[in-house]
Amino acid sequence: MSTHNIEITVDGKSYKRTTESRKLLAHFLRDDLDITSLNIGCDTSQCGACTIKVNGEAVKSCTILAVQANNMTIETVASQATGFTLSIVQQAFQDKHGLQCGFCTPGMVMTTLELLKTNPSPTEDEIRESLHGNICRCTGYHNIIEAIKEAAQQSQFQGASSC
Amino acid sequence: MLKEKSDLNRATDTPKRFNFIGQSVKRREDPALLSGHGTFIDNIKLPNMAYAAVLRSPYAHAKILNIETSEALALEGIIGILTGADIKNQIGAIKPNWIAGDIKVPDHPALAHTKVNYVGDAVAFIVGETRDVVQDALELVEVDYEPLDALINEEAAADVDAIQIHNDLDGNKAGTPLMAWGDYRQAVEEADQIVKLRLENNRLIPSPLEPRVLVANVDVFSGKTDLYIPSQVPHLHRRWIAETLGWPEHKMHLICPDIGGGFGAKMHLYIEEVLVCYASRHFGRPIKWTESRSESHLSTHHGRAHTQYLELAVKNNGQVLGLKLEIFANMGAYLSNMATGVPSVNCTYFANGNYNIPHYFAKTNLMMTNTVPVDAYRGAGRPEATYLIERAMDKVAEKLKLDPLEVRRINVIREFPHNFYDSGSFLECMDVARDRVDYDGWRTKQSEARKQGRYIGIGLINYTESCGMAPSEVLARIGFDRGGYESAQIRVHPDGKVSFATGSMPQGHGHATSYAQIVASTLQIPMEDIEVIYGDTDAVPMGIGTYNSRSMAVGGSAAKICAKKIIKKATKYAAVLLKCDAEKVTYRDGVFTNPEDQTPSEVSFAKVARLAAVPHKKPEGETPGLDEIYFHDPHAMSSPNGSHAAVVEVDIETGKVKILEYVAIDDAGVLINPMLAAGQIHGGVAQGIGQALFEHVQYAADGQLQTGSLLDYALPKSDMLPNFKTEFLFTPTKTNPLGVKGIGEAGTIAAPPVIVSAICDALKPFGISHIDMPLTPPRIWKALQNATIQSKTGEN
Repeated sequence: MSTHNIEITVDGKSYKRTTESRKLLAHFLRDDLDITSLNIGCDTSQCGACTIKVNGEAVKSCTILAVQANNMTIETVASQATGFTLSIVQQAFQDKHGLQCGFCTPGMVMTTLELLKTNPSPTEDEIRESLHGNICRCTGYHNIIEAIKEAAQQSQFQGASSC
Repeated sequence: MLKEKSDLNRATDTPKRFNFIGQSVKRREDPALLSGHGTFIDNIKLPNMAYAAVLRSPYAHAKILNIETSEALALEGIIGILTGADIKNQIGAIKPNWIAGDIKVPDHPALAHTKVNYVGDAVAFIVGETRDVVQDALELVEVDYEPLDALINEEAAADVDAIQIHNDLDGNKAGTPLMAWGDYRQAVEEADQIVKLRLENNRLIPSPLEPRVLVANVDVFSGKTDLYIPSQVPHLHRRWIAETLGWPEHKMHLICPDIGGGFGAKMHLYIEEVLVCYASRHFGRPIKWTESRSESHLSTHHGRAHTQYLELAVKNNGQVLGLKLEIFANMGAYLSNMATGVPSVNCTYFANGNYNIPHYFAKTNLMMTNTVPVDAYRGAGRPEATYLIERAMDKVAEKLKLDPLEVRRINVIREFPHNFYDSGSFLECMDVARDRVDYDGWRTKQSEARKQGRYIGIGLINYTESCGMAPSEVLARIGFDRGGYESAQIRVHPDGKVSFATGSMPQGHGHATSYAQIVASTLQIPMEDIEVIYGDTDAVPMGIGTYNSRSMAVGGSAAKICAKKIIKKATKYAAVLLKCDAEKVTYRDGVFTNPEDQTPSEVSFAKVARLAAVPHKKPEGETPGLDEIYFHDPHAMSSPNGSHAAVVEVDIETGKVKILEYVAIDDAGVLINPMLAAGQIHGGVAQGIGQALFEHVQYAADGQLQTGSLLDYALPKSDMLPNFKTEFLFTPTKTNPLGVKGIGEAGTIAAPPVIVSAICDALKPFGISHIDMPLTPPRIWKALQNATIQSKTGEN
C-alpha cells in the first residue's frame, strides 16, 4: 500500500501526516486527526453527514481522498461558533428545532452555509433542492427548511458575511 | 369547599413562576450537536483499542462445509478471528424477548457454524489493529458453502411444497397466534355484504442515520465490562448481553452517549453486541465495531413485511359488523427480540382502529424466511393495523358507493372509555382535519381538475394506538419478558441543585430538555438547576428505555411522582427551619412559607436542601438527605389518536405523485414541549410517506438483497416531501399523573394510509381502488396501463 506525506489545515490548525493513498478524507479526519465534527452515515456518498468546506467550497469528505486534500484548508462545523456563541445558522437551527438526533447536523449546517453564500435569499424550493445531498431521518426536513429561512433572514439583516 | 375554590382561582390568576409544562423550551442538547461536539460512539477511541469486522454470508441459505482463516490470520495487523466453532460453548443463543403465545424458537447462534440462513448471517468475527486491516481480512477468509434453495416471501414459505429452513419448525411457522372478540360468524350472518382485501405492508429498513457501533472494554482483572452501545434500552441490553454470555450483570456497565437516531432498530439484541464483549475479554483489548451503511442493510433488523387478508362483514348503510384478518408476517431467518409480538399483538389488538367492530377474528402466521430478521420499527404493528383498517374503510365506501368519510363517521368510536382506550377525540379530530384541509373545497377543485385531465385525490384517515405498554402483569400475560415501568431518581445536592436520572434513553427526542421541564415544574425551581442523566447503567437505576412512545407517559410520570416525594420530605425539613408544624408549611415557586406570622416566615428550597444534606437538626423520625427513587408501573396504557389528511395530484402520464397538502391533527393529551411534539410528527410523517411512496426492501428470488445501499433504498430527501401543517387537540389521559399520551410513532402510523387513500382517490376514475406500497411512479403507471378507463372527465 503506497503512502503519502500530506499537510492540511483543519479549523485553523495545521497537521502533517502520512496517509495511505486509498484513505478517504472523511476517515483521515476522523481516525487520523481525531476530528469528529463530521459524521459518516453511509458508504455511497448519499447522506451528506460528512460535509465540510475544502478551500471554501462545501464538499462531502467521503468523495475525495485524503491525499487530494494535501495543502488544502478545511473548515468543519466546529469552527463556526465564536467561543460558545453559535453562528447565525447554528442559532437558527436551535431556534427552529432543526435537529433531533444531531447526526446529520454538521453536514446540514455546512451545506446551508454554501447555499446562503451563493443564494442569500433562497425560495423554499431552492432550499429543498440544495439539501438533496443531505439526508435527515428525524425531522422530515420541515424545521430544517424553517431554520434556513430564518438564517437567511437574519444574515440579510446582519450582513451576508456574518452567517 | 368555598375556600378551596378561591385558592384555585388565585392559583390560576398568578401562574407559577417555574412552570415549564406545555412550553416550547429550546433544547439544551443543541449547542454541542450544532458545534460538532456530539459524543457519538464512533468518536470514542480508547487507549490500545483494536477494531472488528464481521464476515457475513453471501448466500441466503447454504451449508457451511469449511472455514479457512489461515491466510487472513497471516495478514499483518490481524489479532485474531472467531468462528462459530470457537464460541459454540462460550456464547449462548440469541433469544427473543417476546414470545407471544405458543411459539417455537429456532436456534440462533451468534456465529453460524453449520448453516447460514440469510445474506448477512454472521460467520466470523475478525479483530485487528486498524479499521482498514479488518476490512482487508474479510476478503482473505475462505468459506466453503453448499448453497441451498432460499425462501424469501412470507406466503411462499407457507406452501406445502416449500423447503424447511429450520429443522424443528414444520412448515416454516414459528407459531399462529389467534385473537378474537365477539363472534365473526354471527357478523357474517347479519351482514348484507362481505368486502375482501389483500394488502402488502412493504418491508422497510428503519435507517437511523448513525449506523450501529460498539466499543467494548473488558478489564480482565476485575471482570468489569464497559460497553459503549447506542441502545434505546440500556438496562434491557445489559440483561440480555449478560445472560447470553453467562456473565454476571453487576460487572456489565453499558454507556450510551449521543445516539444518532433509533426508530426501533437500536432496541434488539444483536450478535455483534455479545461478540464484541466476548472478543474484548478473549483478546485482552478494547474493541470497536462500526457497521457501514450497506452492512447495516444486511444486518440491522428490518420492519413491517406483512401480507394481510381481510374480510369485512358490513351492512348496506356502511356499518361494519365484523372483521376477519389473516396475517402472514415475515419473521426473517431468526426470531428477533420483539418479532413475534409486533404482528400478533401490536397489530391484531389494534386492527379495529378507531372503529366499533363488534365481531373480530385474527390469525397471525409467523413465517420464517431466508431474509434479514424483522422486528419493531417505529409504530411496530400499529402502522400495519391502521393501514389495514383504513384501507378497508375506503374499500367499504367504494363498494357501497358512500363517501369514505361518511363510512368512517358511521363506525367511529364516540364513547370512552372503550376497550383499550381510556379517552379520545376520534370524531373531533376527524372534523378538525376535514375543516383544516378544506375537504369540501378540495372535492370541488377535484371535480374541476378532472375536467381538465388533472387527477387530484383527497385522503383523510383516523388512527389511534397505545403507548407505554403496562402494567407489568399484562406484559407477563402476553409473553413479553420485561417490565412496563420506568425509573426516576432525584438527588438533591447541598446547594439545592438537582441531578435527575431516568431509565429512558433518547435518540434525538430531547429528553435532557423535556425531563428538566417536568422535574423543574414539579420541584418549582429553575430548569437550569436540573441536570438530566441517562444512558449509563451504573448511574441510573434499573429502567426499561425508550420505545412505544412511552418516555413521557411512563418515565415522565415517574419523574413527577418522584419530585413530589421530594417536596413532601423537604416540607418536613422546612418546618424545622420555620419552627412550625410541617402540615402548616406551604410551598410555591421554590419557597417554603410558614403562614403564621413569625420569623423566619420563608425559607428557600436550597436552604432546606442544605439542612437535609448537613442534618444538624432533623425532623423527628426522618432520615438525612432529600434523595428519592421511584419506579412507576402504570395501571394502564395511554392512547393518543388523530386524523391526518392529504391532498395529492397524480401525473397520469408518468405516475408521479405530488403532495399538495398534508395536515396532521393529533391528540396526545398534555404536551410537555409542543415544539418537540410537532418535530416528532414531522419526522414520523416523513418516514410514513417514505413507506407509502419510496421505501421498499427488494430481494431477488435467490435471496440477494437488491436494496443493499442508499443508492437503491430510497430514503425520503428534502425535495421529495411537502411542508406539514400540524395542530394538536388536548384530551388528557387519566392513566397517568401528567395526562400525556405519547407522540413518537403517530406520524409513521398515520401517513401511509392517508397517502395511499389520497392517491387511490385520484385514480378512482380509472377504476383503480388499491395499489400496494410503495406507490412509486412505475407501480402507478403500470396500474394505469392495466386499468379500464371508466371516465376521464366527469364525476367518479
